[in-house]
Amino acid sequence: MTSFLIRRVGQAALVMVLVSAAAFLLFNYVGDPVNNLVGQEASFEDRQALRDRLGLNDSAPVQFVRFVGNALTGDFGISYRMQRPVSDLVAERLPATVELVLASALFSLLLGIPMGVYTAIHRDGVLSRMVLSVSLIGVSLPTFVIGIGLIYLFSVTLGWLPSFGRGDTMSVGFWTTGLLTASGLKALVLPAVTLGLFQMTFVQRLVRAEMIEVLGTDYIRTARAMGVPRNRIHYVYALKNTLLPVITVIGLKLGELIAFSIVTETVFQWPGLGLLFIQAVAFADIPIMAAYLVMVALVFVIINLAVDVLYAVVDPRLRANRGDPA
Amino acid sequence: MEPLLTGHAVLADTNYSNFKLKPDLFMRSLTFALAGFLFTALPAYAENTIRWSATGDAITLDPHAQNEGMTLATAQQIYEPLVNRDKTMALTPGLALSWGLSEDPTMWEFKLRQGVTFHGGQSFTADDVVFSFTRALKPTSDMKDIIGTVLDVIAVDDFTVRVVTDGPNPILPQQINDIFIMSRGWAEENAVTEPQDVAAGQETYAVRHTNGTGPFILELREPDVRTVLVKNETWWGLEEENPHNVDRIIFTPVSNAATRVAALLSGELDFVLDTPVQDLARVRRTPGLTVQSTAEVRAIFIGMDTGRAELRSSNAKGTNPFADIRVRHAINMAVDREAIVKRIMRGMAEPAGMLLSPGIGGYTSEIDALPTLDPEAARALLAEAGYADGFSVTLDCTNDRYMNDEAICQAVVGMLARIGITVRLDAKSKTLHFPKIQNNETDFYLLGWGSGTMDSHYHLDFLAMPDRVWNRTGLDDPDLFAMIDGIATETDFAKRDAMINDAWLRIKGAQVYVPLHHQGLAWAMKERLSLPIQPDNQPQFRLARVAE
Repeated sequence: MTSFLIRRVGQAALVMVLVSAAAFLLFNYVGDPVNNLVGQEASFEDRQALRDRLGLNDSAPVQFVRFVGNALTGDFGISYRMQRPVSDLVAERLPATVELVLASALFSLLLGIPMGVYTAIHRDGVLSRMVLSVSLIGVSLPTFVIGIGLIYLFSVTLGWLPSFGRGDTMSVGFWTTGLLTASGLKALVLPAVTLGLFQMTFVQRLVRAEMIEVLGTDYIRTARAMGVPRNRIHYVYALKNTLLPVITVIGLKLGELIAFSIVTETVFQWPGLGLLFIQAVAFADIPIMAAYLVMVALVFVIINLAVDVLYAVVDPRLRANRGDPA
Repeated sequence: MEPLLTGHAVLADTNYSNFKLKPDLFMRSLTFALAGFLFTALPAYAENTIRWSATGDAITLDPHAQNEGMTLATAQQIYEPLVNRDKTMALTPGLALSWGLSEDPTMWEFKLRQGVTFHGGQSFTADDVVFSFTRALKPTSDMKDIIGTVLDVIAVDDFTVRVVTDGPNPILPQQINDIFIMSRGWAEENAVTEPQDVAAGQETYAVRHTNGTGPFILELREPDVRTVLVKNETWWGLEEENPHNVDRIIFTPVSNAATRVAALLSGELDFVLDTPVQDLARVRRTPGLTVQSTAEVRAIFIGMDTGRAELRSSNAKGTNPFADIRVRHAINMAVDREAIVKRIMRGMAEPAGMLLSPGIGGYTSEIDALPTLDPEAARALLAEAGYADGFSVTLDCTNDRYMNDEAICQAVVGMLARIGITVRLDAKSKTLHFPKIQNNETDFYLLGWGSGTMDSHYHLDFLAMPDRVWNRTGLDDPDLFAMIDGIATETDFAKRDAMINDAWLRIKGAQVYVPLHHQGLAWAMKERLSLPIQPDNQPQFRLARVAE
């Protein structure tokens, strides 16, 4: 088990190095931050001097080694656009993204699972057909359009919910939360629905498919033959086995929510990491982009590592197959 | 710093480690939230609050660290220059009451306003002016090029300052409009005697803290989220005629244009700085909202590289079509400026025949007259120049800098195709486009030019002089260069104006540029807000009035 873990962690570290190297190569194409850092009156010499001092004239490998060296000591540099340390900015923006992602994950599960079960049981019901057609919209409409549509309906036309921002926040230690104020909760609704809609339809379709499969298995038929009550069969025996693969997939989908939050945060001016990143791209703010990409890679690597390890714990065959003596 | 809402203070004191409180608090919040759903009305402010938005936020609050639009727009609510501008962009007294050239033409004298205090309580004196100019000239300052002619600043007494320049400088008062005055004592106390250096990798105190003399005091600064300014009750301007009545300004950048407009329509914002032209009609139709528009001081134009022997992106080998004035003339005749203004700018621009926009000294409607639109004649001229079959060239263009920039370029591509010139459009982000111009890697490029000084020299210098990073036309006219150098130092204004006129006629005659239009500007706001639109797109809340 130990050597399995070491091997896995080693692979994860390699992935991190490759991701950050790839990110660094891309920075050669995002443009010149110096243009945004000096006024239009600045002379060519001034621009070159600043480029030199920022180390932008060094070759990509040199810049990369310097970045990794600094990053290992926790120093991600200073944002060009905000002129503040990247680590401070990330710490400030993280709570907004985490709250948004959790809220939309909750939304997609709480609505998606019951809808999936229902449509599996009542396969030909009118309601099921309606749910399925509506969920097609959720799968096919881009997040951007959904967000703007919700804003026009709930903010402009009805005036119920705010169209942008996070409302008032409160600080609990280092964490700023919008969950404890009325305006913060109101502000969370539209972004969370926008971000979660795709996941919700996905969960609903996944649960439906799994459920239909489970309902056809022998043990369910046996239970039916034995006269177990219908609801007990559906919601206890069948649902339990349906949820196992669903939970695995949902865990991995959390990473996707973080990635999709870039669009949602831009539409709603949600002050999270995604918005920070997209504005950094427009400004060629390399320190922020580098830190963000490394961080997202880290999240994915950790989730995958955890899943791998859990699988190995649950299923001894995975270990034995790799010739691990433990 | 005080919390924004008084409710915060109470809740923030609650001990969150006490687990029992949490569900209760949560339920209470939930009840509030649900109650909030039922009340669609916006919160009524007893005080006059302006909630406004624009695409981006100020980069820093350090007034000398960044010479950039939103940064200056924010700084000037808090800090003041010696010389201000009013809503017509004319010079008005700021921290200086009067100014004039001394007997020595290389020395300007400023008489300062007395009895002014900084927000932190320090008294304003000539020493602060000396300090601020010295700071703005430091290597890490981004304002140093604007006041590059300044050699020394001397405090004659507590309220008289002399600025020494490296030669006669007739337009110094126009150049110092964005040089904001800081308190020497405050800067020394907080170790910010030099502007922030991005390359040094650390934040300084002045990035998020301010101490100016201006009409508004910084109350809260959350970059990219919210910036709150409150009225400076002791500001000198409140005793002048018709003072502003704004108690609080809440700025929230909203990067997505559709969201920004939606927030204005829903009443969450009182004023939006940059509304897309296609949404203006919708805003106008909405009761309670209004749109103000004016010509911005910004001309949009295309430059042609006439200098090199062969264009990089053209199929015409061994020759440079742009070097032939007949080709340049033909291009100027082929571009239908009125169509661009009507179709793409939806009327939010004025067709242009010169690079200088109305309102800047040196502008004349004669020079701004449009070249004749005549594709047939243009074709004939091209044939005469030896390009009967046309030629190809790449047009470099931004897609995120000017109003509808990419669409404008697309239109130009079509118009030039009519006379046989095959233009390949390369539209990209400003972070990629501008370095291409600066590094001299473009044959044919879109550019917009505003004015930092409202004086012609600024344009002539950057767009006509050789070796300027923004001039890639290869224009070679030593007489013109000598004329522009003369304009920089000529203190006889009648003579200077004549020289400026000559210089513009020469540039127009050389046809190295294709002026397209003077970009329009539209501010959308609530009807109850009166805020004069500024041609430099920088709101001056000291001129605002909110209807009671």
